[in-house]
Amino acid sequence: MARPRLPGVQNPRGEEAAALEVRGLVKRYGRLTALDGLDLVARRGEVTAVLGPNGAGKTTLVECCTGLRRADSGHLSVLGLDPRRDGRALSSRTGVLLQDGGLPGGAPALAVLRLVAAQHARPMDVDALAALLGIDGFGRTSVRRLSGGQRQRLALACAVVGRPELAFLDEPSTGLDPHARAVVWDLLEQLRAAGVAVLLTTHSMAEAERLADAVVVVREGRAVASGTVTQLTSSGPEVLRFGAPAHLPLDGLRAALPTTVTTDETAPGRYEVTALRPGAVDPQVVATAASWCAAQGVLPEGLVVGRRSLEEVVLELTGGPSQWAA
Amino acid sequence: MGSVSSQAGPAVLELAPAGGAAPAAQRVAAQSRFEVGVLLRNGEQVLVSLVLPALALLVLARTPVGAAVVPASLGGLPRIDVVTPGVLGLAVLSTAFTGQAIALGFDRRYGVLRLLATTPLGRSGLLLGRLVAVLVVEALQVVVLSALALALGWRPLAAGGAAVPLLLLTLLLGTAAFAALALLLAGTLRAEAVLAVANLAWVLLAGAGLLVPREAAGAAAPLLAVLPSSALGDAVRAATLDGTLALGPCAVLLAWAAGAAALVVRTFKWS
Repeated sequence: MARPRLPGVQNPRGEEAAALEVRGLVKRYGRLTALDGLDLVARRGEVTAVLGPNGAGKTTLVECCTGLRRADSGHLSVLGLDPRRDGRALSSRTGVLLQDGGLPGGAPALAVLRLVAAQHARPMDVDALAALLGIDGFGRTSVRRLSGGQRQRLALACAVVGRPELAFLDEPSTGLDPHARAVVWDLLEQLRAAGVAVLLTTHSMAEAERLADAVVVVREGRAVASGTVTQLTSSGPEVLRFGAPAHLPLDGLRAALPTTVTTDETAPGRYEVTALRPGAVDPQVVATAASWCAAQGVLPEGLVVGRRSLEEVVLELTGGPSQWAA
Repeated sequence: MGSVSSQAGPAVLELAPAGGAAPAAQRVAAQSRFEVGVLLRNGEQVLVSLVLPALALLVLARTPVGAAVVPASLGGLPRIDVVTPGVLGLAVLSTAFTGQAIALGFDRRYGVLRLLATTPLGRSGLLLGRLVAVLVVEALQVVVLSALALALGWRPLAAGGAAVPLLLLTLLLGTAAFAALALLLAGTLRAEAVLAVANLAWVLLAGAGLLVPREAAGAAAPLLAVLPSSALGDAVRAATLDGTLALGPCAVLLAWAAGAAALVVRTFKWS
């Protein structure tokens, strides 16, 4: 079910208002500021991934959007409604997967899913959804006896069984094995194709790279960057990376390369040639580095030209000492 | 495999958004069915709701323990007639108070109340569904325990035909008082504390005027009259032994229900 990524047509109702609009949202717990003027938009037919370290405010955002907490200030529009005032109306049009689960422990898995489905007028077929997510395999087992991954699949099923327009998924892939994760990702892609707006929080860069139409990087309750994965990762300089024995003398290589690049051993045996201005890492630079390796009698392993990975971008945006301040 | 047409293909998964809540009655009914299922699957709950009241009935009706429990003032009546209404009151205490408080306390701890509050069921539907589930389980308890009592010689109509409706009315009043107290407990304390208090209260309240008539306490008997357990015990015994509605005890039960409910509205924490 690979979805063609054609800019401009991926959201056929692009003229429509965003499914979720958050502007300047503030939430404090006593002296702790969880959300500090957060801005975010999630559109129909798109997956919006919220990335950021623990404590950045991702869960608080989901709780405010689902009416479980009241924001102190700021603008919050969920499907055009206010989650605190119009919670009743929103509850049938949104789906929620909470990080702490919230599944009743004493009940069999399928009974929980049927209970949630029965709250909705036109739910998905429970058996088909259970089969797709592999819930039928443990449908009679009490929730408290389920593994973390099984619980997570059940929680996801409960979040989407009511056929929501907007799904809030707080770390949906936590605890999933690779097979279950592939099934979940496939379902999320199908939901997106069906026009659902999906807001998910995650620590998995692979998940964001695979699914997200838009990424919002959150740090200390504020959105510090947003855009597509490509937009976020294309801002950095090109880098030529390769692996070779540690501590090679780099002076000869530096002399052979133009001054528009800089060469470093970033970790023992990891070498990087970084462009100082756009386009500086060109085919000639690659050839020069390769022949220098040949002259050294060294085989460069994993020689690639690229930009920064999403993980590097997120670490750079969210790292730094102030993350630990007060 | 007789019929080919029974081999339906796999249902198609409709993913396109189609919001909308089910009708309120269906939402609450689903929640009640679910809760009844959970209660009946829970071994401890069945023990407290059915097995222990049934044991109490047998022990009090058929062993010398019963003679010590039934006070002299009621000594002239058949012991099973004195004991049975108290056991039915105990069943109400088990389900409406102890069982509900513990279930709700842990649901609150594990975020179940939060999650269900985000579904169309909502908070009011959640509580209503649980109340209906309590009434369903109580009906089951009354049927089973009454059948056992009848087999042991209980004569519910000895005091006239009004006894049965009056008994059910007083059990409902008791349910209101104890369910409100369960909400008060479960909505304010930690789950472990709810577990401890609810179980301890079950034992103490059973002894304080419910299973054991308060007259057994001698000089302290008038003081016990203000407890919800004594009020329910007095009311159910007045219903079946005298065929009358005991207005005083009923007023006490209503006061507990109203007082606890008023506090619940102010103090209940959903998470």
